[in-house]
Amino acid sequence: MLRSIEKQRNILDFTLSSLWRRRGKNLALVVVYTLVVFSLGSVMFFTQALKNEAAIILRGSPEIIVQKLVAGRHELIPVAYAQKIMAIRGVESVKDRVWGYYFDPIGRANYTLMVPEGMELKDNEIIVGAGISRVRQVFRGNAMLLRTFDGRPISLFIKGVLSPESELLSSDLMLISATGFRRLFGVSPHDATDLTVKVLNKKEIPTITAKIVDALPDTRAITRDEILRTYDAVFDWRGGIMIAILAGAVLAFLIFAWDKAAGLSAEEKREIGILKAIGWETTDVLQMKFWEGIVVSLSSFFIGVILAYFHIFFASATLFAPVLKGWSTLYPDFRLTPFISGYQIAILFFFTVLPYTVATIIPAWRAATIDPDVVMRY
Amino acid sequence: MIQLQNIRKVFNEGRPNEYIALHDLSLTIAAHQVTALTGPSGSGKTTLLSLLGCMARPTAGRIVLQGREITSLPERFLTDIRRKTFGFIFQQFNLLGGISVIENVMLPAYPLGEPFSTLKQQALGLLELFNLAHKAAAKVEWLSGGEAQRTAIARALVNHPEVIIADEPTAHLDTRLSREFMDIMGDFKAQGKTILIASHDPLVHESPVVDRVVRMRDGRIIDSGAI
Amino acid sequence: MRKSDGFWLFIGSGMLLLTAILIQAHFVARADLPGLLQKAAVAKNLGLTDLCLSTEARYTRHLSQSDWHAAFQSHPLALDHFPSGSVLAPPGTLKKSHAQID
Repeated sequence: MLRSIEKQRNILDFTLSSLWRRRGKNLALVVVYTLVVFSLGSVMFFTQALKNEAAIILRGSPEIIVQKLVAGRHELIPVAYAQKIMAIRGVESVKDRVWGYYFDPIGRANYTLMVPEGMELKDNEIIVGAGISRVRQVFRGNAMLLRTFDGRPISLFIKGVLSPESELLSSDLMLISATGFRRLFGVSPHDATDLTVKVLNKKEIPTITAKIVDALPDTRAITRDEILRTYDAVFDWRGGIMIAILAGAVLAFLIFAWDKAAGLSAEEKREIGILKAIGWETTDVLQMKFWEGIVVSLSSFFIGVILAYFHIFFASATLFAPVLKGWSTLYPDFRLTPFISGYQIAILFFFTVLPYTVATIIPAWRAATIDPDVVMRY
Repeated sequence: MIQLQNIRKVFNEGRPNEYIALHDLSLTIAAHQVTALTGPSGSGKTTLLSLLGCMARPTAGRIVLQGREITSLPERFLTDIRRKTFGFIFQQFNLLGGISVIENVMLPAYPLGEPFSTLKQQALGLLELFNLAHKAAAKVEWLSGGEAQRTAIARALVNHPEVIIADEPTAHLDTRLSREFMDIMGDFKAQGKTILIASHDPLVHESPVVDRVVRMRDGRIIDSGAI
Repeated sequence: MRKSDGFWLFIGSGMLLLTAILIQAHFVARADLPGLLQKAAVAKNLGLTDLCLSTEARYTRHLSQSDWHAAFQSHPLALDHFPSGSVLAPPGTLKKSHAQID
């Protein structure tokens, strides 16, 4: 037993010497593979963390939201519809919600405007999210110039800025009074963006939702459960597009690794021949190849995973900013809560270390079975 | 010590480039002696050496090593026997480039699982024997011809073999170094080792150290030089 | 020190670091919980339904509120926002016209 440990240590020694001999190429290999692990790890950590945060934060979303649809589009809903909904048994309350988007040509970003419930705001007062404050460089006491729906300029004073801790939720929010909103967008007091419904018994939500849609056939209802499931699915499925792209990268890399190992250069073949000639068996040579694979992939694994962790949880996933930001200038400066598990690390391990090691050993099989006397003939 | 019985070795059998290296050859190598194989190139010396040293299997015939038949042993056992019994010095030295001298010497013993420190001490001892201890950490590319050869000899000794096999050892050496080589072989003989040398260099097979000269031609022994 | 020992040292410290990270993550997650619950309270008070991840378009900003038409923006031939549109999917529930009843 001790002998076999010593043997592996010896073989590993030689493997490291051997890798160091062509250190340029091998270091490049490690760098590339680290990048692959880093990308995969970053995506995994990011999506998992967001999923978990969404699940907690959005727990308090409205139970049912009723939207009106016209020709398949979300349109303003008449406030009067609320009465029909109140008539349904089991409904506790119906409130009209007023919110919308404003494109700011100066900041070149979209803001989400909302009329908050239970907050006292004067008609020309707003509270902005930290992202807006950052993009427009406006702070408490400053004024912001917006343009109303009929082209008139309107000055709004910033009563406060929402906390940076809540950026993931509120970065682009602009809270405004109902009057202010209607003045800005020209929305009549008879209309609202949507209606939120509160029910007495949570278990009744699906039934009541069905009744609402029955009573108001031109509407569509979204339940809290669907909101939460949206976020569960968002990063699972299409986030899988990211994974698909990365899987392509990993595959390409594996093909490269296989090709490198299979088409062993004449020099490498000669060296294996020498090893065989001086007394190494085929299995010894293969063990050396195994260690070669392990050294590269394990190093890349650790560096990549650790870097990915720091990227997502200490650097706000800045490398993903261009993907999510697109043309917009506004990107929340958030700190995600680390929800990572040993399970994720294990998955990363099996998808990176295992394939690479296998891709290094298997093609070397042929070269490893060289007859020891070959090297004598040349 | 080593017996070859009716050995036949064919390369690329059945194919258009079929080549018969050894024809129905029988030979017995005595222990504790220096046997030289000589003959022009293509006579089969190298092939015979590789068969004697259990590096290859014959196409037909039997090989008996120290009373034990080894012709059809599986690779693992054969390699094990070869490792423990034979030390090879190749014509081209075949040292691994980019690696230090001492690591080259230790390499054949790596798979045996010897503790590293013991192995290192042994290797250093061997290098000292050949006045190479000061070059232990040097890369083999920086060695002179003579130093490289002595490294190759040291490597052949690291597993304490009973038999030393050398293939054209003086091919890249001048007269002085060639004589030095034969002196070293003489020392080994005095220590009780068996030596096999293949060479067409008269400096080798006419050396007083050599006990027996086997002449070959076209894959056959034309003079077994038996005493 | 042998080369292989050096390698094991490297891997060992990697494993240590990784374990430290996992432990730290655990504690940070616990410490963050009050903050998260506070954010949940903010979300509840304001009636928020989505995280602010991408402000490019309606359907990337309010994922859960997207209607069938949202992805087409102004007209059916409008281009999808890339890459946020590919990464942030419309809710799977859009395929159903009403909530499940069961």
